[in-house]
Amino acid sequence: MSVNWSKYSAPQAFYPLAGRLIPWFAVVAVALMGVGLYMGFFVAPTDFQQGESYRIIFVHVPAAWMSMFLYVVMAVWAGIGLGLNARLSFMMAQAIAPTGAMFTFLALLTGAMWGKPTWGAWWVWDARLTSELILLFQYAGVMLLRTSIDDLRRADRSSAVFALVGVVNVPIIYYSVQWWNTLHQGASVSMSTGSKMAATMLMAMLIMTIAFWLYSIAVILARVRCIVVERDSLPVWDERSAVSQEVVEVR
Amino acid sequence: MKPRHKRFAFIGLGLLVLGVATVLILNAFQSNLVFFFTPTQVAGGEAPHGRSFRIGGMVEDGSLVRENDGLTVHFIVTDTAKRVPVTYKGILPDLFKEGKGAVAQGQLGVDGTFVASEVLAKHDENYMPPEAADALAKAKASGAQQSKSLVVPDGRKGSL
Repeated sequence: MSVNWSKYSAPQAFYPLAGRLIPWFAVVAVALMGVGLYMGFFVAPTDFQQGESYRIIFVHVPAAWMSMFLYVVMAVWAGIGLGLNARLSFMMAQAIAPTGAMFTFLALLTGAMWGKPTWGAWWVWDARLTSELILLFQYAGVMLLRTSIDDLRRADRSSAVFALVGVVNVPIIYYSVQWWNTLHQGASVSMSTGSKMAATMLMAMLIMTIAFWLYSIAVILARVRCIVVERDSLPVWDERSAVSQEVVEVR
Repeated sequence: MKPRHKRFAFIGLGLLVLGVATVLILNAFQSNLVFFFTPTQVAGGEAPHGRSFRIGGMVEDGSLVRENDGLTVHFIVTDTAKRVPVTYKGILPDLFKEGKGAVAQGQLGVDGTFVASEVLAKHDENYMPPEAADALAKAKASGAQQSKSLVVPDGRKGSL
């Protein structure tokens, strides 16, 4: 049995599919967040230098990873939208921006809360912190540019170009701690050198990362549905009639 | 070439040009993007003169001296090649320790002493439980006696 996936590039077909997927992602995300936080706060050992204050990494690192990852995903959707003139791609890019901005803000906030007891400063202007702050401004710029243009097609295209240009900042954030002297420490977990953390700490952090990832998917799909309804000026569709209509079409 | 292939090629080309431009710009501003200077850079005259900058490195083992007023501290920041003495009056962060990283902001005096107005602790990327750290320290201590002969001779170290 083959499924014609390309049919889901039409917003009308994607809408009910997203509706069916959201609860699964949401439930698993909440469950994993519970497990991850429990492991982070109660199972993972105390750190030999920082004591308990290090436990903020179970939120900070996954949030920072998601902030960068979501920006790349947003830029990819923006690029596909520009290349194929696909409406749903632009809608995906639009839906990702607020969640990405939220994770960027969360990473900066938790970082400041960790920086005060560890470094002795809430904020310093080193390359890592500054480039992450610029990422927050980029998310804001993408959203502002879209709302400032009334013509939807032009709004889509200009914010897509803005998102694509901004993607150069992501490798800068990631490698800033290697390229320049920074106060922020180097990566504890990396593809090339493996992990410099105790196993339970790493496990809790990875579970939180997967939880944040699934949460992002659930929230973004929900937002795409809102955008579809909003743009097509349709009343909120009745799920069942949309599905049954689909079944009729297939027959 | 279909129009959509053209558009994707255009996007790819644009990103490539942008990437190259970014690399060139970042290289040009290399010295402005560092958060601190190392003692070797300070000794080489790369750090700014007459104005405030940051110096970073390891706090040398056994170099931390506290004056009788309890606030003024002296320590030596080193990158194993060069050493810079630092004076600071104020409260040190909790994680400030000998043998760990630190970043100090201030000015270099004429006598070569760095007078700091702010001291930050630089944390490393290692996270482990205290028991594991103890085991590591013990292993290192027993290993140090055996590997002493492998350490770079002092004479060569000074010339670095």
